[in-house]
Amino acid sequence: MDLAIKLIVLLPLVAAAIAGLFCRIIGDRPAQIVTCAALLIAAALSIFVFVRIGFGPENAKLVVVKLFTWMDSGTLAIDWSLRVDTLTAVMFIVVNVVSSMVHVYSVGYMAEDPGIPRFMSYLSLFTFFMLMLVTSDNLVQLFFGWEGVGLASYLLIGFWYDKKSANDAAIKAFIVNRVGDFGFALGIFAVWMLSGSVGFAEIFAKGPDMAHMRIHFLGMDLPALETACLLLFIGAMGKSAQLGLHTWLPDAMEGPTPVSALIHAATMVTAGVFMVVRLSPLFELAPITSAFITLIGGATAFFAATIGITQFDIKKVVAYSTCSQLGYMFFAAGVGSYSAAIFHLMTHGFFKSLLFLCSGSVITCLHHEQDMRKMGGVREKTPQTFVLMWIGTLALSGIGVPYVLGEGIGFAGFYSKDAMIESAYGVHTTVGLIAFWLGTVAAFLTALYSTRLMFMTFYGKYRGDHHTWEHAHESPAVMLLPLYVLGIGAALSGLVAYDWFVGSDWAHFWGTSSIAVKSTGEVLHQAHEVPVWVKLAPLVFALCGIALSYLCYIAMPQLPALVVKRFPGIYALFYNKWYFDEIYDVVFVKPALALGRILWKKGDGATINGLGPDNIAARAQDMAGVLSRFQSGYLYHYAFVMLVGVAGLVTYFMLAS
Amino acid sequence: MSSWPILSLVTFLPLVGALFCLVVNGPKEAVDRNCRSVALVTSIVTFLISLLLWVRFDVTRPGFQFEEKLDWVPALGIGYHMGIDGISLFFVLLSTLLTPICILSSWEAVHVRVKEYMVAFLVLETFMVGMFCALDLALFYVFFEGVLIPMFLIIGVWGGARRVYAAFKFFLYTLLGSVLMLLAIITIYWQLGTTDLPTAMEQLNLPFIWQCWLWLAFFASFAVKVPMWPVHTWLPDAHVEAPTAGSVILAGVLLKMGGYGFLRLSIPLLPEATQYFAPLIFGLSVVAVIYTSLVALVQEDMKKLIAYSSVAHMGVVTIGAFILNIQGVQGSLFLMLSHGIVSAALFLCVGVVYDRMHTHEIAVFGGLVHRMPRYAFTFLLFTLASIGLPGLSGFVGEFLVLLGAFKANTWVATLATTGLILGAAYALWLYRQIIFGELTKDSLKAILDMNRREVAVFLPLVLLTVWMGIYPNSFLDPMAASVDKLVGDYQAAIKLARTAALP
Repeated sequence: MDLAIKLIVLLPLVAAAIAGLFCRIIGDRPAQIVTCAALLIAAALSIFVFVRIGFGPENAKLVVVKLFTWMDSGTLAIDWSLRVDTLTAVMFIVVNVVSSMVHVYSVGYMAEDPGIPRFMSYLSLFTFFMLMLVTSDNLVQLFFGWEGVGLASYLLIGFWYDKKSANDAAIKAFIVNRVGDFGFALGIFAVWMLSGSVGFAEIFAKGPDMAHMRIHFLGMDLPALETACLLLFIGAMGKSAQLGLHTWLPDAMEGPTPVSALIHAATMVTAGVFMVVRLSPLFELAPITSAFITLIGGATAFFAATIGITQFDIKKVVAYSTCSQLGYMFFAAGVGSYSAAIFHLMTHGFFKSLLFLCSGSVITCLHHEQDMRKMGGVREKTPQTFVLMWIGTLALSGIGVPYVLGEGIGFAGFYSKDAMIESAYGVHTTVGLIAFWLGTVAAFLTALYSTRLMFMTFYGKYRGDHHTWEHAHESPAVMLLPLYVLGIGAALSGLVAYDWFVGSDWAHFWGTSSIAVKSTGEVLHQAHEVPVWVKLAPLVFALCGIALSYLCYIAMPQLPALVVKRFPGIYALFYNKWYFDEIYDVVFVKPALALGRILWKKGDGATINGLGPDNIAARAQDMAGVLSRFQSGYLYHYAFVMLVGVAGLVTYFMLAS
Repeated sequence: MSSWPILSLVTFLPLVGALFCLVVNGPKEAVDRNCRSVALVTSIVTFLISLLLWVRFDVTRPGFQFEEKLDWVPALGIGYHMGIDGISLFFVLLSTLLTPICILSSWEAVHVRVKEYMVAFLVLETFMVGMFCALDLALFYVFFEGVLIPMFLIIGVWGGARRVYAAFKFFLYTLLGSVLMLLAIITIYWQLGTTDLPTAMEQLNLPFIWQCWLWLAFFASFAVKVPMWPVHTWLPDAHVEAPTAGSVILAGVLLKMGGYGFLRLSIPLLPEATQYFAPLIFGLSVVAVIYTSLVALVQEDMKKLIAYSSVAHMGVVTIGAFILNIQGVQGSLFLMLSHGIVSAALFLCVGVVYDRMHTHEIAVFGGLVHRMPRYAFTFLLFTLASIGLPGLSGFVGEFLVLLGAFKANTWVATLATTGLILGAAYALWLYRQIIFGELTKDSLKAILDMNRREVAVFLPLVLLTVWMGIYPNSFLDPMAASVDKLVGDYQAAIKLARTAALP
């Protein structure tokens, strides 16, 4: 077991090192083989670990493998260690299954790229950091993985480094994430100050004590645990692109599509949700912060969906959709339904990576065209992608038939989304209700934009140029095979895993050591008790969304233009992403640069140098000039000065005596 | 512990090499070649001997080790007293490591006055090592000031176009501070009748007001060296004009002399004044972190940008030193060590392209990754270390300092943590301007990747950066006992002063 865990985490690192450092010696093909093999082995081992941990007895639900000491300073002691419990085991499945599929897919997708070994190496490196993140046993190793995946994301967004837009997007992603990490770091400091430790076991044990403490933070006297959790959540907001810190995610689509599928849909962006759930024993004791998380999550779910319905870039639609779905996970975590949040994290991992990879398949088919206005009728050329993408779309929209076979039968999102929305209603709090309605309306928008994508891409007549159409073709098997695997996940993972995550087996599956059991149990219980209309609402809203989409893009194609004309203000707001980028540019970026310039030229240049060294040097020279004039060489000058001196002395002595 | 004077050996061996260089004679070609070899061999041997210090260092002892004591001017109570503890150990190693790297990096870059250049570096090494080992205030002062002379010459003789301006600015700033430090040392001498440092640590007990004056006098000297805002403006000029190896030593070792001085003299000798003035340090340091990071954002010269980033990092160092808890001080020491390696490596990175293009203006470059993949990798690694990516050396020190600072003062910690964001912004911007993008400029079309010699220069630094990031305990453990003692003594002194002040 220990060996399996070590292999799962370290194989991707070894593969990344081989592919990255020796790429010029070994060539493209071996680099692909090494990285894909490492990831497939890791995925297989992950399933083994998942079964052992998830369905093992209670005393075998937590394994901690200590590797070696990281740093010791005074009372601070941090280890490199691998902690595996049910939550980590679930993440193993999500990360390694999606990652291995993305690796295989990339062999086809990147076939003509000159940087194949570098690409494969980065992907594996990313997987390693992600695995370090999910296996961490303390906050600092979590931060290590956290920043590491940020680095991998930076490298992969900017993978095509000749493009200015890709470089810009890469830097933006890193820096916006650093804004979040700023909060995360302060949160770690606060937790350490309060509990004297950074290890999870010790922190959780001190949780109830911390809930009663106060902290002096920036001159304010605040409840300690709430403050610490809020700071940590700022980190999660950055990584998971929540409202306010979401601006990097759409831009991140500059990276190759497999990257978007792996990092910016299935795994890295869910790290924020993972963090909140990992620390759920703390967050459940911080009601104010949890309410804040619920609101931010609900707002993001709605806000991102509004943008999604107006975008034309196929990847941007899916990106905003990701942003929106992450909002769902956060409000579920905010109301205390931690297992539902992770349930959706998992199903989302499958169907969203499926959607991205299908988009990639369409994009390569149409010779790197991403604008949906230049697509249409593509199903003729890519029938398999077409079917698989429908599976992803229906899973995302949460379509299923309720009340059949117990909980109903449907695609993955049907189970997980309902569980989250019912939880939000079930807790009967104001923020819960707000989140419920935002989530339900967002379910309508989700179905609208995702079927809009399907209709614009695959139906109707082709709108692009003739030449591209003639060369359009279905993707090769190496790209389709991963799609089928993920398609199975998107179709069945909800049905299979419902009972484990939120259904009757949940208590046994999660055990007591991985998530906050108490609040999860309460919320799940309440979620099962909600009225029938609440259970049906998301589905009905989603069906309405699909109907409207059908109306707008199949039945009456002239309708969207009329709506845009009727509501130009709202359309502009949505289409321009609520003007976040423009506002940030004016408020933060430009002033920072201007201030830098002022401080440099006026502060360093004019003031410090001007008054300091340059001034002293200039005065010294002046003085030297003055003194040198005295040495004129004329005898009468010297005589005159002497006389003045003598006169002065005489006067002084006369007055003094 | 050791029967032979290992510290003196490490200190003065480079001087022997310098003498060898001086007596070399013959045609210029041969002299240059021989001087290079002599300097390299001497400095490598010195480094290997200095490694013995680490191997034989007793991590459990908080006090000084490898002590040597001889009378120097017995009539005045001035002695030749050398010794190291956990605080100085790694600074000695840093100096002995960077010197051979500097010499190797200047192998092809320096053509004029090679003999004198090598002599200057070897003499510089003697002074640097001596400074970190000296346990007598007079001896400390001699070494501390001695460092100035070769550095002044290196900038003034082998520097860029405005080298004379930069050299004088450097000299003016540092000398002004040093004069005040000399006054402080003389005052201590008058109080105790000796300049022996361990004696002074035990016996010096000045009234508060005197402590304050002396503290300010030391501060004047050390703050310039660190450099702290607002006496930092010599640094960008000095770096821009200095030759690559000069920048490496300047950033790698000379800046650490300030931080080391605070920890060795100001804090143990003048604890009450330290406590009194700590808010001043915090204020200046926080300003340094934010102010110089913003200034770094808009630089047009690679070296200036890295120089400003150094000021920002050293701001974190001074915060850590004066937080005076274990994490703060250890983090401060670790960050100095890490910065010594990372910023040195970054200046070497600038040197690589400077040797090819003879400029460090950012706008000249772009798209180097197409021609120089090895260089791109190296530069990336050190950029990431500089912005404190966990797993590389920069993170550990910064993290410990900020962790310690948060406990003491949330304002300081929060404001200093903004460096996390700004640091990433300017460092990644620089990297992108130099390395990424299309290779469109004709002048760069034939640029060559790093050769074997250059790889050899960087390899030890790369390995160290990763080692320090993944297993920092190799470095933290030897520091621990001495830092405990420093912090413990300081707190005891403050406590004592408090109880004495009570009626």
